[in-house]
Amino acid sequence: MQYLNTQSTTYNDTVVRQFSIMAVVWGVVGMLVGVIIAAQLVWPELNLGLPWTSFGRLRPLHTNAVIFAFGGSTLFATSYYVVQRTCHVSLFCNKLASFTFWGWQAVIVAAAISLPLGYTTGKEYAELEWPIDILIALVWVAYAVVFFGTIGTRKVKHIYVANWFFGAFILAVALLHIVNSAEVPVSFMKSYSAYAGVQDAMVQWWYGHNAVGFFLTAGFLGIMYYFVPKQAERPVYSYSLSIVHFWALIFTYMWAGPHHLHYTALPDWTQSLGMIFSLILLAPSWGGMINGMMTMSGAWHKLRTDPILRFMIVSLSFYGMSTFEGPMMAIKTVNSLSHYTDWTIGHVHSGALGWVGLVSMGSLYYMVPRLFGQKQMHSMKAIELHFWLATIGIVLYISSLWISGVMEGLMWRAINADGTLTYTFVESVKAKHPYYLIRLLGGTLYLSGMIIMLWNVLKTATSGKPALASIPSVAAQA
Amino acid sequence: MSDFTSNFWPIFIAVITLLGIFGCALLLWLTSKVKVPNADNDNTSGHVWDGDLREMNNPLPRWWVWLFVITIIFSLVYLVVYPGLGNYKGKLGWTEIKQYEQEIESANKALKPLYAKFAGMPVAKLAVDAEAKAIGERLFMNNCSQCHGSDARGSLGFPNLTDHDWLHGGSPEKIKETITNGRIGMMPPMAAMVGNADDVKNVANYVLSLSGSMYDSGRAGLGKAKFVACAACHGPEGKGNQDIGAPNLTDNIWLHGAGEAAIIKRIYEGKINQMPAQAAKLTPEQIQVLAAYVWGLSNKPSK
Repeated sequence: MQYLNTQSTTYNDTVVRQFSIMAVVWGVVGMLVGVIIAAQLVWPELNLGLPWTSFGRLRPLHTNAVIFAFGGSTLFATSYYVVQRTCHVSLFCNKLASFTFWGWQAVIVAAAISLPLGYTTGKEYAELEWPIDILIALVWVAYAVVFFGTIGTRKVKHIYVANWFFGAFILAVALLHIVNSAEVPVSFMKSYSAYAGVQDAMVQWWYGHNAVGFFLTAGFLGIMYYFVPKQAERPVYSYSLSIVHFWALIFTYMWAGPHHLHYTALPDWTQSLGMIFSLILLAPSWGGMINGMMTMSGAWHKLRTDPILRFMIVSLSFYGMSTFEGPMMAIKTVNSLSHYTDWTIGHVHSGALGWVGLVSMGSLYYMVPRLFGQKQMHSMKAIELHFWLATIGIVLYISSLWISGVMEGLMWRAINADGTLTYTFVESVKAKHPYYLIRLLGGTLYLSGMIIMLWNVLKTATSGKPALASIPSVAAQA
Repeated sequence: MSDFTSNFWPIFIAVITLLGIFGCALLLWLTSKVKVPNADNDNTSGHVWDGDLREMNNPLPRWWVWLFVITIIFSLVYLVVYPGLGNYKGKLGWTEIKQYEQEIESANKALKPLYAKFAGMPVAKLAVDAEAKAIGERLFMNNCSQCHGSDARGSLGFPNLTDHDWLHGGSPEKIKETITNGRIGMMPPMAAMVGNADDVKNVANYVLSLSGSMYDSGRAGLGKAKFVACAACHGPEGKGNQDIGAPNLTDNIWLHGAGEAAIIKRIYEGKINQMPAQAAKLTPEQIQVLAAYVWGLSNKPSK
């Protein structure tokens, strides 16, 4: 049986273009909301005294916008771009691919409206209410059909490593979303979780940590495995390393969730398993970093002249750093200090701004000129500027939250000789004020880089026109 | 209580955990053994995608393999020592509850000598003892200020502790009793006992008249007769009853809001207000010191 997509002589880049542009737009929006709530932490009056602009409602808007709107659109764009080019075939079912774009944008808009209005399930990173959950599930199934359909109709024998990661990410996120969002609707926009008590907490953090593991790690490793060797024009460092770290990573991540629930009502044995598998996760994570970094061997000199490559390599450095920090924070002794403090938020952002953000920007800078028939981005100088704004922003952000996190953790546990706490809670809040200001500055720098990127992308897109990329005739070797 | 609903699950957990860990080790071992065919003698796997995407056959970095192995060994040792494999308790017999209890026990032991000298001291003396006062203030900031405020002056729904208006009595014994066991204040909805909506409004105005607040004298006169329903707890003169925690209505101190509307709301809805017991959090000696501090807030030494 012949599938339609196997007869096409050009790749379907329409949907890639759509997702790429929206990724940058949502990036600006999501990071702007982040900067606003960072400012609210410094000056609480900025919540304007209105329910819709209060921290509690804008914070999930920020996380959803950067993870699912910016990160999600980037993943759709890159995975569609990569899977076609590494399978030497056009996308399976263009109509479904188009549905994933419009469906996903509808999810984002619904989130942007419902979260400020106060509709929430109260589950972190899964706040959206049940009607939106259903739409997400539909879009995701369509995504899986398009992606695996394309893999299934590929014209090369071997499946490229980037596609293993994209595939694992798509399957795991489907599983996570459906299990964690199991809920009983009681009215339009109100539901209750299908689980209760500590089981609910465990399901939530099994989801929560794997949202990091699969959405923000496996998916972006897929990006890394295509765009780093492409931009560096070097082969991937080690095929065997790809195999071990892929299987070990996707297996081990599934166990790591309980480290979010150390010293809680979660049974001791569950906490122990969460901790040890988080530690075992260190090597598989670093496997990806090594494979990306070492791909540079023989091409290190390119870092001097190529700001796009620099985005990717600094991204891998932050990936290595935060995947070392993560297992350390999963150790109970460390966790008893770091838990509930700003250290956690700093850790998340070293992964999110450093790893996810930079590799997304690097790959978008790679794709956008090609998608619009241009040799390179409108302004390479602007990319350079973006790189430095982002890097300095990240360093300010994470170092200020390290300090404030460790400081407040130590303040909370400081005890006087008479058994009383040395500091009241509000004293620890007060002590964090200057660090919140530095964090706001870091976030603002990062956002300003993103705004420059939006300008650069729009300039590139409008000065070119959608390009048709033709599929090379059967590549026999692979 | 067991964490498991049947004997199957702990075994299942232990088995898949060990299979998982050994599976990682096996994967590592097998992959480091596998020789990838080197078709074109260029140290790549020979696969090419999208024109120039290739992958090399470099072996796993040694130091990385050792890092992986060390985390695996650490995990296996951890599972021998600590709980993790289903029902197996671990060599140390550690649980988070035991750790908590031990920490509390050793802390209380360390605190004993410090508090011993305060145990026998009467509250009036403790309240002027500089050391006891400082400790009392810290205990207050840690445990009481969240509701009663850092200045102990309370807020809507949370009593002011610096005045002489006590709901349950302000003697040192009563304060200790309140801290130790907590209190539940309860006023039932009274509107049905009072009469119709007009009667409720009249009674509210009568109540206002008791403390010399702004009131409608005509309504207050009509409400006086209906106050009988309230007198059962608040007393015929509205001076309250500390034995049952009924507030004094004549002192112009309004825990749940001043004015006609607030009073009418209370008559219709009643109110349940709770202060949690501190017995499980604080030792009797700490409560003694804390009670003295609280007593001292409204009983300044006369000089």
